[in-house]
Amino acid sequence: MATLIKAWPSSFLEKNTMSIDWRPTATIETLRDRARLLAEVRAFFARRGVLEVETPVLGHAGSTEVNLASLSVAATTPAGGERLWLQTSPEFHMKRLLAAGSGPIFQLARSVRDGEVGRRHNLEFTMLEWYRPGLELDALIEESAALVHAVLGRDPGPLRRRRYRALFREHLAIDPFTAPLGELRRRAGEVGGLDMADSDRDGCLDLLMSLEIEPHLGRSGLDVVVDYPASQAALARHHRDPEDGARVASRFELYLQGLELANGYDELTDAEEQAARFVADNAARQIAGLPEVNVDTRLLAALAHGMPEGSGVALGIDRLIQLALGKQSVAEVMAFATPRC
Amino acid sequence: MANYSTNEFKGGLKVMLDGDPCSIVENELVKPGKGQAFNRVKLRNLMTGRVWERTFKSGDSLEAADVLELEMEYLYNDGDMWYFMKTDGSFEQYAVEKKALGDTEKWLKEQVPYTVTLWNDNVINVSPPNFIELEVTETDPGLKGDTAQGGSKPAVLSSGAVVKVPLFIEEGEVLKVDTRTGEYVSRA
Repeated sequence: MATLIKAWPSSFLEKNTMSIDWRPTATIETLRDRARLLAEVRAFFARRGVLEVETPVLGHAGSTEVNLASLSVAATTPAGGERLWLQTSPEFHMKRLLAAGSGPIFQLARSVRDGEVGRRHNLEFTMLEWYRPGLELDALIEESAALVHAVLGRDPGPLRRRRYRALFREHLAIDPFTAPLGELRRRAGEVGGLDMADSDRDGCLDLLMSLEIEPHLGRSGLDVVVDYPASQAALARHHRDPEDGARVASRFELYLQGLELANGYDELTDAEEQAARFVADNAARQIAGLPEVNVDTRLLAALAHGMPEGSGVALGIDRLIQLALGKQSVAEVMAFATPRC
Repeated sequence: MANYSTNEFKGGLKVMLDGDPCSIVENELVKPGKGQAFNRVKLRNLMTGRVWERTFKSGDSLEAADVLELEMEYLYNDGDMWYFMKTDGSFEQYAVEKKALGDTEKWLKEQVPYTVTLWNDNVINVSPPNFIELEVTETDPGLKGDTAQGGSKPAVLSSGAVVKVPLFIEEGEVLKVDTRTGEYVSRA
């Protein structure tokens, strides 16, 4: 699209702009609805005494997570030329605010994840992320459900807690924690029609979750998946599975109508554990041939200073708006989705 | 040939899968927020017309298929092969086997342009235009006065296709037919 044009004779404009799709991917009516729903979000948190904050889109560090691709830019700053990372979520900055004593905070944050474009994804999107110092994960699940209800403008139906392990047993008759890797690879390969021989456990589980379980979730209410494998903890704490003492992640995911809406954590506050996970992530990146990402030393310093215990959740507000307005894709609720940005 | 990565997959892209040329119908990214990304892809096998659903790891790639869709006029049939000619002024001709012609055989009419799919310069598919005008060669005598109301009868068209037509249609009339549904549309 970016053609260098030296002059703009009207004949050129006529000939070359006719076929250019310049229109928004959302109708103006949808954008009005979107604005109303965002106001609803702000009112929800105002009622609950949660402070709205804004944190940078550009940071000195990015997410080290292997399955998130951060984009970086060359910026000119007082420090000279620096490489800054577009944030994949406002998590690190918001946690530094928590450590500085902000109390409960929320943000509607523009987030960027390279390569993620599709019916449910957009390269940049709006993340509704909030943190609740002192709140247990169960209470945050309730609050997330209340937020969904408020934005949808209708009762999404009963809230059901579904254990990750139980879902795999129910839909696939396998135990995701104990099944041998060979069996997971075989099942994932069958389901997807591809060779999973060099995939790890989590890769196989992700595929099975996406194709065989997710489509069934949130069909008769809000489904909350809990007790994820410890290896999928990201920035959540671990706890012991009550069934057999296996280590599981203190994390939840919220599903409605087959769509993953939110991801919540009992937040990791231990600086050492966090540093170890960053290092492990970058090691895994190296093995996978992915670029290393700057570790957020400021976050580690904030955790070392002390971040209050509590829970936090990130919700893809574009998807929730999509459901509230009965649309088929996130592009239909965004002014200019990536293919037309 | 070039390779296309999953993020380049879009409707209409021609790629090779299991040795057959395919056209991508739909490509959907599936990715748990913090999990591994996959692409759920629907592809139409251009040899069989069947639609396949396959999952790829994001970033995987498929070889491009040397597939071209060209407009060609139908010329004649020598009892063995069917002959088509490019409409680009090159007068270049292609011989088509019955297998590649498939159902299109019953919609053939000389000098009508068809969409011909070439793979490695061999014809693998011929699609008729959506609407075609053909003469009725055989049908029961028309019923006078019955111009609109109900009832239909079979009619054999010059191409060999049999379509249901209203009772008032006579032999020798030229009809407009929808080749996608095989239904009568109107008198031409």
